[in-house]
Amino acid sequence: MTATLVPRRRARRRAASSGRLLHVYTVLLIAWLLLPIAVMILFGFNDTHSRQNYRWEGFTLRWYRHLFDKPDLTTALVNSVTIALLSTAVTTVLGTAAGLALGRHRFRGRGAANLVLLMAICCPEVVMGAALLSMCVTFNLPRGYPTILAAHVMFSIAFVAVTVRARAAGLDPAVEEAAEDLGAGPWTRFRLVTLPMIMPGVVSGALLAFVLSIDDFVITGFTGGATVTFPLWVYGSTRTGMPPQVNVMGTLIFAVGVLVAVVSARRNVLRR
Amino acid sequence: MAGPTRRRAAPYLMVLPAGLWMLVFFVIPLVLMVSLSLQTGNLVDGFRQTFHWQNYTDGLAAYGDKFARSLWYGLLATLACVALAYPAAYWIATRGGRRKPTYLSLLLVPYFVSFVLRTVAWKLVLTDNGPVLGPLRDRGLLPADAHVLDTGLAVVSGLTYNYLPFMVLPIYVALERIDPRVVEAAHDLYASRFQVFGRVVLPLSLPGVYAGVVMTFVPICSDYVNAEMLGGPRNTMIGNVIQSEYFDNSAYPLASALSFTLMAILLVVIFVYARALGTRDVLEAARR
Repeated sequence: MTATLVPRRRARRRAASSGRLLHVYTVLLIAWLLLPIAVMILFGFNDTHSRQNYRWEGFTLRWYRHLFDKPDLTTALVNSVTIALLSTAVTTVLGTAAGLALGRHRFRGRGAANLVLLMAICCPEVVMGAALLSMCVTFNLPRGYPTILAAHVMFSIAFVAVTVRARAAGLDPAVEEAAEDLGAGPWTRFRLVTLPMIMPGVVSGALLAFVLSIDDFVITGFTGGATVTFPLWVYGSTRTGMPPQVNVMGTLIFAVGVLVAVVSARRNVLRR
Repeated sequence: MAGPTRRRAAPYLMVLPAGLWMLVFFVIPLVLMVSLSLQTGNLVDGFRQTFHWQNYTDGLAAYGDKFARSLWYGLLATLACVALAYPAAYWIATRGGRRKPTYLSLLLVPYFVSFVLRTVAWKLVLTDNGPVLGPLRDRGLLPADAHVLDTGLAVVSGLTYNYLPFMVLPIYVALERIDPRVVEAAHDLYASRFQVFGRVVLPLSLPGVYAGVVMTFVPICSDYVNAEMLGGPRNTMIGNVIQSEYFDNSAYPLASALSFTLMAILLVVIFVYARALGTRDVLEAARR
C-alpha cells in the first residue's frame, strides 16, 4: 500500500513544479501579447516634437487635449464608428433571422446556406475585397461609404448567423410548443419566449460584428474608394509619420471595448 | 391563423434577406472576379471578355515565388502559433481554476486594438533603437548591426503575434471538454505523466489543434499588412502583389487571376490537410 503511494506522491510533486513552470509561461505569453498595446498607450502620452513618434521624450496630456485637431483623422474615426454601428444593426437582424431558421428548421436549401456561411468565414479577406472590387469595376459602381457598409454587413452576417445557429440548435422545442398551446401568436411567442432564450447568442454575435467592422482594414481598403476609415488612415500615416492622436484614439477605443466586455460578462454572471 | 403553408414558408422568409445579401455581395462578386480574371484590356479603353487564360499562367510565372513565400511564412507562423499556444491553453484548461475566464479574456484583449495599430506598435517594439533591441545592443548582447525589421523573421513574428489567440481558443475548448475521469482512470492504471499526456490528453485535444490550424493558416497566408509594415520590399507576400496590381497598376484581370489562384491553392491545401487527418475531424472541428 505505502509502496504504491510514495511514487504517486512524488509524481504529484513533480506535476506541481511543471504546473508552476507552465503558469509562468502563460503569464509571459500574455505579457508578450499585451506589450505592443502598452507601447501604444504609453506613446499617446509622449511629449514628442518630431513627426516620428518613436523616441520617448517625456510625459504630456497634450494629445488628449488636442484629440480632434486633425480634421481628416476625426472624419476617419467618425466613419469607422458610424459604419460599425450601422452594419452591426443590419447584420444582427439579418444574421439572427437566418441563424434561427438554420438552427431550428429543416428545409430545402439548408445545406447550401450552411455552405455559403462556411465559405464566407473561411474566405481570405483579400479575395473578398478583390471580388467586391471586381463587381464595382464590372458595373462601374462608385466606391465609398455605401459599398463599405454593404461589405461589412456581408462579412459579419456569417459570424452572427453561426453564433445564433449554435444557440438555437440547443433549444428545447417543447418550451415554444407550450407557449403556442397557451395561445401565444407567432410574434408574441418570438418576443417573449424565443428571443430571450437566444439572446446571449445574439449579443455575442453583435459584439463580434462590431469588432470585426471597426477593425477591418483589408476589405475596406478594396471597397472604400476615397472614403477613409480609422484603420485606413492609420495605415496611410505610417509612411509620413503617425501623429500621437492615433495612439490616443486607439487607447480610447481599447478602453471602451474592455469596458463593454467587462460589463457584459458581469451581466451574464448575474443572470446565471 | 398560422396555417401549414405559412409555417412551411417561415424558414425561407427568415433566411431570405441574409441569403440575398450574401448572393449579391459575396457569391456574385466572386463569379464576376472569375469573369474579370479572363478579360483583357486596360483602365482607359475598358476591359473585354476574351477568355484570356494566360492571365493565370502569366501570374503564376511572374509571382510563383511570392505564392511559395506566402505558403512558407504561413506554415512557419502556424507552427509557431501551435507551439506557443498549446502550453498556455493546456495550463489554462487544466490549472486555470476560477481564473479561467480572466486568463482567456486577457488573451483576447489585444483584439480591442485595431489590427493595423497593433502591427504598428509591434514595429515600434522591433525597431533598431526600440525598447527591446536598443538595450540589448547597448549592453553588447547583440552585434551593433543586428536588426530584425525588414527580415522574414519580423514578418513571421508579426503574423504569429496577430493570429496567436485564434489558435489558443480552439485548443483550449478541446482540452476543456476532456472528461477529467478519463485522465484519472489513466492515472489509476499507473500511466506515467508523460503517458497520460501523450496517449490520452494529446489525442483528445488534436481536433482543437486541427481547427486552430485551419482558422489561422488561411488568413496568415493571405495577409499583407505584416509583410508591408515589418518586412520591407524584399519580403513581400502574394497579398502585397494582389493589392499593388489592383491599386498601383490597375491590372484588374491579372490581379483577379492572382486572387482566384490564391483561393484555389488555399482550398486545395486545406482539402489535402483535411483528407490526411480524416475529413470528419476537421469539418466537425471547424463547425464548432
